[in-house]
Amino acid sequence: MNTVALALSDTVDVADRNLRTLLRTPQALIFATIQPVIFVLLFRYAFGGAIRVPGVSYVDYLMPGIFAQAVAFGALGTAVGLSTDLRSGILVRFRTLPMARIAVLGGRTLADLARNLVVVAVMVGVGFAVGFRSANGAAGLFAALGLVVAFGYALSWACAGLGLRVSDPEAAQAAGVPIVFLLVFTSSAFVPSTSMPGWLQAIGTHQPVDALVAAERALILGGPATRDVVISLAWSIGILLVFALLATRAYVRMGR
Amino acid sequence: MSATAVEAEGLRKAFGRITALDGLSFQVPTGSVLGLLGPNGSGKTTTISILSTALRPDAGHATVCGLDVVGEAARVRRVIGLAGQFAAVDPNLTGRENLVLIGRLSRVGRRQARARADELLDSFGLVTAADRLARTYSGGMRRRLDVAAALLHRPPVLFLDEPTTGLDPESRFALWGSVRELAQAGTTVLLTTQYLEEADALADQVVIVSAGRVADTGTPAELKARLGAVVFALGFGTPEDAEAARQALAATGCQPQRTGTRIQIRSGDGSGSLARVLRALDGRVPDPVSVSVHEPTLDDVFLTLTGATP
Repeated sequence: MNTVALALSDTVDVADRNLRTLLRTPQALIFATIQPVIFVLLFRYAFGGAIRVPGVSYVDYLMPGIFAQAVAFGALGTAVGLSTDLRSGILVRFRTLPMARIAVLGGRTLADLARNLVVVAVMVGVGFAVGFRSANGAAGLFAALGLVVAFGYALSWACAGLGLRVSDPEAAQAAGVPIVFLLVFTSSAFVPSTSMPGWLQAIGTHQPVDALVAAERALILGGPATRDVVISLAWSIGILLVFALLATRAYVRMGR
Repeated sequence: MSATAVEAEGLRKAFGRITALDGLSFQVPTGSVLGLLGPNGSGKTTTISILSTALRPDAGHATVCGLDVVGEAARVRRVIGLAGQFAAVDPNLTGRENLVLIGRLSRVGRRQARARADELLDSFGLVTAADRLARTYSGGMRRRLDVAAALLHRPPVLFLDEPTTGLDPESRFALWGSVRELAQAGTTVLLTTQYLEEADALADQVVIVSAGRVADTGTPAELKARLGAVVFALGFGTPEDAEAARQALAATGCQPQRTGTRIQIRSGDGSGSLARVLRALDGRVPDPVSVSVHEPTLDDVFLTLTGATP
């Protein structure tokens, strides 16, 4: 086998290990799902009545925001997982094995991609249960979910770098939460940015979560989508390239 | 294969202001067992981390099977196995899954990894626990799994970092047995321990490490011989009596060491000098409440070299 095939095989082996671990500590998966479900219920039934979005029912406005929020918080799982491996000493063993250097991070993010697929699928189900419908049909919905998963994958790499630097899972989580919180709540995920003060709008509308939600809405609710989709994809690809490079470098340089 | 399996020369490593290794050098002849002996914080784990490519030295260099651990790290990883306190198994995988995973990542191939896992589960007495999650294992079982995980690809050089720390005596002896078998089969073993008894039991050669440097080196027998043939231990009723006896003995030139109510005297010429020792005490101080004569243990060696209790 050549180097690339071996690296892929190692990556799949590590991902397989992480998925087994995930299934055997189901708390992590359950919490990753419960949080967005609570948000759906809160915003659909508690706050939703007070939020007016012109021209669209609030539940249809809300769900694209929920999908984005689910994968954004889910990415913290990547940081927590790597941080746990760092503390337990498994990373040291991996680093002394003749496996591909990329496989620990590649396998971790691949497993977290699979986890995101499950979480997003559950959220779609919950959305339908509370009255969400895709005006643009299944094609629009799946295209939007594709963007969501791509963004989640890119953000996993950003969190991977964090997890490699903090050997305490709780600290890794605590470090990531405020950043994700700010990204999600300054965006138009739950309320239109137009209700925010000008300075906040300026920040809120120039960041990846907002771009993702805008693209999702264009795809799901209908209307011109190309520009928003391109911006969202550009964010995801940019985040992926920059942070994959940084995280890989951090992994290779561990122990220096 | 060359005559030297592991060579460390002038290794230095600092973590911030703490110097972990301060110019450590030693060699492990191919096929032998070397014990790196020292207290906590003496630099043993740092040494193993560097030799197993997990950590880079600040200065100095090291080779394993003639391969440089920094420049040829990828090739070094193919010839080493690592087990120890800082390299873990996955608690959420079964024993078998752990071994197959490590085997796959050690590039032995899927079928070979499975076969080798079965073999190792058998030889480490883990067959009945093979399909249980490692988090349900006892400390001894987890340690055996850890050592087994280091052996999937039959590495010619094995690093064991404090393999028996925290184990009960039975598990400890079982692990010693496994290490002896590996050594007999030709594996070069470098093990660290803070148990002098362990180095004595397993190692062909012992390197005593203190504060990141080699304090002494030799076979267990040589190290003991350097301290004389026998050690007299005299016990007294009170520390004051013991101190008085120490002074009386010091006057005869035999270099007694006192710890509490106990006095130790090393002697080069066997038990003949016991009579001389007792005569020196006669009538001057209260009689000792206990007298024993034993061959020096590595504890005695350690105490003399480092001035500290391990």
